[in-house]
Amino acid sequence: MICTVLTVVAAELDLNQYFHGLNIIVALTIAVFKASLVVLFFMHAKYSPKRTQLVIIASIFWLAVMLFMTMSDYITRPWS
Amino acid sequence: MHRTGELFGQYKTMEQQRETASLGMWIFLSTEVLFFGGLFMTYTLNRSTYPDIFSAASKTITLWLGAVNTVVLIGSSLTMAMAVWASQAGKKKLLTVFLIATLVLGTVFLGIKAVEYHEKYVEHHIPGWNYQFGEHPDASIDAHTQLFFSLYFGMTGLHALHMIVGAGLLLWLIKESLRGRFTPEYNTPVENIGLYWHFVDIVWIFLFPLLYLIDRH
Repeated sequence: MICTVLTVVAAELDLNQYFHGLNIIVALTIAVFKASLVVLFFMHAKYSPKRTQLVIIASIFWLAVMLFMTMSDYITRPWS
Repeated sequence: MHRTGELFGQYKTMEQQRETASLGMWIFLSTEVLFFGGLFMTYTLNRSTYPDIFSAASKTITLWLGAVNTVVLIGSSLTMAMAVWASQAGKKKLLTVFLIATLVLGTVFLGIKAVEYHEKYVEHHIPGWNYQFGEHPDASIDAHTQLFFSLYFGMTGLHALHMIVGAGLLLWLIKESLRGRFTPEYNTPVENIGLYWHFVDIVWIFLFPLLYLIDRH
């Protein structure tokens, strides 16, 4: 569990070398990994009934839809 | 009220009752995901529109304070998980110890946040309150960097508000645990407030890289 602490440090140091907009992908991947550990183990999602797991996945999916659709709306607007 | 943790009429088993309580908390957390999600959306949109501004503004917040806070908060999630475990194992004294540890770490987090906010106040980076970004007053840079700082205060402020609510819940848990109310058969409040606390931690796990780690060279 405490290796999540190490990933904080890793995220800070690594980002000093990356360019080309890749650092956000690295940072978010690490964040997703950390959050998954918290959800699965601290929050016992791994040991929860399937119904609960469905609710968790549904809310993540719904957020993804909202982010994706809103973003695609904006970036497909003509230059103004 | 579930004062003694007895089985209520609509449930077939205690197991089902417990699972239902947990599911209820998860559904509430789903609404919270969308609550914060709106702010994350705003962030995503504005950062993709003004990447350089966000980068410049982000460099002025103290990285190591945010990093320490991340460690503190994940630590508090660990102590919270230990508290839930202690309540399941019937270790009542340990339960109280871990709950107090979680509260202490949460308060440390809020204290560091207060330090950061004060820093921003001194640097004139609070939108609408003597705002000025940089050495010389420049209206267009001010207008755009204010976007970043509005999001910074909005998102961390909402998060801090959730932490304060969580701290209040923890205080209640500590009080009840001192009265010996939680047993391996009945630890539902500990578990579900634990879920809430972990959620607030997860929000910060995403806030930290998005606000503090933009293009650090």
